[in-house]
Amino acid sequence: MAVANPSTQPLGRTLSLQAVRVLLLLVFAFPIVFMFVSSFKPDAQIFADLTSWRAFAPVGDISLDNYRGVFDRVPAGRMLMNSVGISTITVVLGIFINSLAAFALSRMQWRGQRVVLTGIIATLIVPFETFALPLVWWVNKLPWLEVQGFSLVLTDGWLDTYQVQVLPFVANAFSIFLFYQYFSSIPKELDEAARVDGASWFGIYRRIIMPLSGPAVATVAILTFLPAWNSYLWPLMVVQSEEYRPVMVGIQYFFQLNVAWGQVMAYASMITVPVLALFLAFQRAFIGSIASAGVKG
Amino acid sequence: MSETIPHAAPDTSPPSRHRATTARRQATPTAPRGRGRRRHRGETLVGLAMTTPAVVLLLVFFVVPVALMFGLAFTNARLISPRPAEFTGTENFTTLFGDSLFWASLRNTAYFAVVVVPVQAGLALVLALLVNAKVRGRNFFRTVYFLPVVTSMVVVSLLWRFIYEPDGLLNQLISAMSLGAWDGTDWLNNPSTAMPAIMLMSVWQAVGFHMVIWLAGLQTISADLYEAAALDGASGWRLFRHVTWPGLLQTRTFVLITITIAAFSLFTQISVMTQGGPLDSTTTVVFMAVRTGYEQHATGYAAAVSLVFFVIVLTISLVQRFLTREKD
Repeated sequence: MAVANPSTQPLGRTLSLQAVRVLLLLVFAFPIVFMFVSSFKPDAQIFADLTSWRAFAPVGDISLDNYRGVFDRVPAGRMLMNSVGISTITVVLGIFINSLAAFALSRMQWRGQRVVLTGIIATLIVPFETFALPLVWWVNKLPWLEVQGFSLVLTDGWLDTYQVQVLPFVANAFSIFLFYQYFSSIPKELDEAARVDGASWFGIYRRIIMPLSGPAVATVAILTFLPAWNSYLWPLMVVQSEEYRPVMVGIQYFFQLNVAWGQVMAYASMITVPVLALFLAFQRAFIGSIASAGVKG
Repeated sequence: MSETIPHAAPDTSPPSRHRATTARRQATPTAPRGRGRRRHRGETLVGLAMTTPAVVLLLVFFVVPVALMFGLAFTNARLISPRPAEFTGTENFTTLFGDSLFWASLRNTAYFAVVVVPVQAGLALVLALLVNAKVRGRNFFRTVYFLPVVTSMVVVSLLWRFIYEPDGLLNQLISAMSLGAWDGTDWLNNPSTAMPAIMLMSVWQAVGFHMVIWLAGLQTISADLYEAAALDGASGWRLFRHVTWPGLLQTRTFVLITITIAAFSLFTQISVMTQGGPLDSTTTVVFMAVRTGYEQHATGYAAAVSLVFFVIVLTISLVQRFLTREKD
């Protein structure tokens, strides 16, 4: 585009645009850099360094004390494991269940197909926050099978469990929609040929369509993992005991009485590193998946 | 090839297969149609089986709670209560519309949306134009502008809580840059600055997300259009006004709807940073609903708040969809 093509513009304008870009870089990166750097400093030094470049550099009294403090003070290991487990299971189940539904909707012909597809798409326009509270009341009424000693017991209420943090987020209209669009772009002749060779529909799904759908799987994995790892509102309402608490809710430990900012920064860094590492490793896929989410229009 | 035709137009073909009369009116040869009809029955069972897990989960965790919201809003249900819920008619709504906290929440939510939607959408577009140019390091810029998006809102809120502390980063900067003439304020404890402070942080966190959406939209505009317009002597602003802007119509709808809904769902920042204070200046509709439903266990009343919120969000997105579609 001509507006952006440097060759058609005076050098001065190009340089000043580049200066704007660099300035914005600082605005977006520095708070996060500040967080990591401060997690290694004692509180006194964090405040002392605030007004100079030192706030953004790991200099002075550097140690892992804040991290040790975090583990002494809160069950950080447990919360991390909870979040890893919850996110992983949500992603794996989500990929399987949503792709299976999208397969049936995009590559097969059956009665009631349109009704199911329209119904699923209709759920897209309602944000989770609007029905979160009735959902809390509802999951508290749901029965659940539990092993007690040597027998299975039907227990009442899902509050304070793992499944309540996973199951409501497995089926997702948007994931189904993304798979649906991707599957629709694969030539139908492939199914035809496989049918002639005697493949079952599930066989076609498993051996032909899924192996061809790497980008769609990656997209859904990312778009399921992010909200699962970052979820806050839901576990805040349905999880009370330490045992089942995920990482984001753990921050509540740090705001009682005097805030120890060094430890806050250490905890915040710990729960951010896994996502940032994933992001930096797969940033092309990340940005691509967000973009494909928008292009659907 | 005949197999691909019904797929290409799923809106008309599948039902026509049920009726021989309509099927005969279609100009398709009979041989593949007969085969298709036979296969059709088997496919219905398999198709239903494959969609069942997703459909059941959506029924249990979406349809039921949404239906319950409508029912519970007219009862005095409590989260944990030995007594069954009783039907109370429109009592919850009468209380709600007389509740000054509800009106404050609604006002604050609207204030947040009215400022954040245009500011964030506009800034995101500016960022997208900045990094769409073929310049050195544009992928690096993109990645960094996107960093706050992958950082969770909880962490971002924590971080900015420190930035906004009375002796925090922002005030230290202000005082250093004004050579001690101005000390700033206790941003989050000042009723007139608390909401703007949260707005600034929210835009900072999410603007990268919409930058990427705009970028995807920019990619869909054909380079030929720019060349043709440039040949006609258009450049700079005119090129943007007559080629870029109309080309972004679809993207615009999406960006506006997603930001508006996100703005109305404002909760995490409030919960981590201000708890609705000072003097209810940052209470929002979702925050109020969560407070009444979860802390005070008043499920019925919270359902009424949720229902009002539901109607507002639905109305706004339908109106936006309608307005942007009309111009198409």
